[in-house]
Amino acid sequence: MREREPGPWRLILTLGGAGWLAGALLVGVYLATDPSIQRNRARALFAAAQRVLPGAERIEAWLFKEGEPVRYEGPRDVPPPPGALFAGYGPDGTLVGVAIPAEGPGFQDTIRLVYGFDPQRRLVIGLEVLESRETPGLGDKIAYDPDFLANFGALEVEPEVVAVRRGEKRRPHEVDCITGATISSEAVVAILNRSLEAWLPRLERAAERMRERTGA
Amino acid sequence: MRGELIWIFASACLINNFTLTYFLGLCPFFGVTGRLATALRLGLANIFVMTITAGAAWLLERFVLPWVPYLRLISFILVIASTVQFVEMLIRKTSPALFRALGIYLPLITTNCAILGLALFATNRGYGLLASVIYALGAGVGLLLALVLMASLREEAALAPVPRLVRGTALSFFVAGILSLAFMGFAGLFHGVVE
Amino acid sequence: MSGPVRESAWREFAKGWWRENPVFIAVLGLCPALAVTASLRNALVMSGATAFVLIGASLVVSALRHVVPRQVRISVYIVVIATLVTAVDFALAAWMPVAHRELGAFIALIVVNCLILGRQEAFASKNRPVLALADAAGMAGGFALSLCMIGAVRELLGNGRVLGLRVLPAAYEPWAVMILPPGGFFALGLLLTVFAWLRERAEQRRRAEQARVAAAARSGGGAP
Repeated sequence: MREREPGPWRLILTLGGAGWLAGALLVGVYLATDPSIQRNRARALFAAAQRVLPGAERIEAWLFKEGEPVRYEGPRDVPPPPGALFAGYGPDGTLVGVAIPAEGPGFQDTIRLVYGFDPQRRLVIGLEVLESRETPGLGDKIAYDPDFLANFGALEVEPEVVAVRRGEKRRPHEVDCITGATISSEAVVAILNRSLEAWLPRLERAAERMRERTGA
Repeated sequence: MRGELIWIFASACLINNFTLTYFLGLCPFFGVTGRLATALRLGLANIFVMTITAGAAWLLERFVLPWVPYLRLISFILVIASTVQFVEMLIRKTSPALFRALGIYLPLITTNCAILGLALFATNRGYGLLASVIYALGAGVGLLLALVLMASLREEAALAPVPRLVRGTALSFFVAGILSLAFMGFAGLFHGVVE
Repeated sequence: MSGPVRESAWREFAKGWWRENPVFIAVLGLCPALAVTASLRNALVMSGATAFVLIGASLVVSALRHVVPRQVRISVYIVVIATLVTAVDFALAAWMPVAHRELGAFIALIVVNCLILGRQEAFASKNRPVLALADAAGMAGGFALSLCMIGAVRELLGNGRVLGLRVLPAAYEPWAVMILPPGGFFALGLLLTVFAWLRERAEQRRRAEQARVAAAARSGGGAP
């Protein structure tokens, strides 16, 4: 049986039809799933911010617009645009601190984290690693080692955060590294310092504005 | 900035070598590494296609996909397929000798997951145009390195007395595992350059 | 369904699990088989996603096999596969965000899994939907089986656990390299060696049996 050679129109029609159908199907899937996807992302962000700001009950996203800090008024189930900060308020409406996402190179790959900063006392009050591909069993301890994470409970940031060998933390701006994961620990400290350097000058003003909203 | 670019390159090329730590491009890795010369040529063609793809993926992600996010995969695949076609025509016009040498390997690149992986990783990380291209170069050079190393090792292993049970595919996997182990030693490299 | 069809459908279904296993025998789809098998749970999610795409694409391609002209068939297959993968990607992100984050870009990379395109070209485009379904389901099953075996070996040796439950005693020092990238290569190499050994032993036993039967026949004085 020999097949007749199909004309070019048949080819174009087939491809066009396939493309059109695929597009229509995808639009449907997209419309059905997108709200859940956005909500998942937003929830993960706000939940992480709440965890690094102990005592915070209400989290608000803030953005810098032309150098001015403004509250992000978008809907709660859509993640705020990148570059947003998160202000955490306690039960009495006072500003507990600001959660700041940051990222930088680790031992293996980019580490993404979020840390809480208390502008009043100028202390880091919490830190959580959101994403890392550090060595399992060694470097990835930066995400769950309780002793390491305890370093960031009340950490001074002046003159800058310094990583020291485990058990040698003497001063309030030092961080005890994880044994066997010095480079990953140092990477976390480096990310923290770089982010603080960028944010600290603007944070004073932002915190003032955030406090003004207290009780709102 | 320069430090960051160096790190992106080293990370894609050595620390997170596409083939040995992400398992991308394993088909050519096991398929064409029987001979060193072909591995080398395929690696070079790959670098070329990867670099163009990275630029195109950045353009799509920046100017098209914000409006139609669900067409991401389809558009990337289309870009890769057309890039390969374009490269094929270009090489055929400009250098028939190189075309004869690469001939069969060029179409193979279309189904090489390393290329799509590169487009996805680079856009997922939100790299800019320059960073994307550097990342692509790093990934391409890393792939070339892995192909050449694997081909050389296999040419040696062909002459070595190997137990009958592991001869063939299993041996290739063990060799690849040892290579991958060796590449883990690059972790932490250029760690300081970013500051 | 008539008898012969049921029989051949069963044959197409059965072959993918072991005799023509996509990973162990045909060595296809290695990227997901090694990249996402550091734990059994990720292996299971990846197997499910791949099975959905493979079965869906096979059904569509087989149903359209008289409609799509030969010249554009590969493009049409790729469009079909990419559409299904995008749908799975969105669905996982919406309903299984944790698994989706762990598998990351590897879900999207199902598009370039040579197993899927290979089955369209080699089988679904030439057979009717019943058989295509059987073939795809068998291949997906074989793929899932191999991913789960690799995942279980890696998680057990690298972590002392399976599916997050402690299996080996706490005194077991985890062989961390198994959940790192080299462990993927080693685990697959190890499994292939074990299979080669089993095959060889079965072969030897069969020969010994044949020899014994032959010897018995000779000593028995041959046929009457």
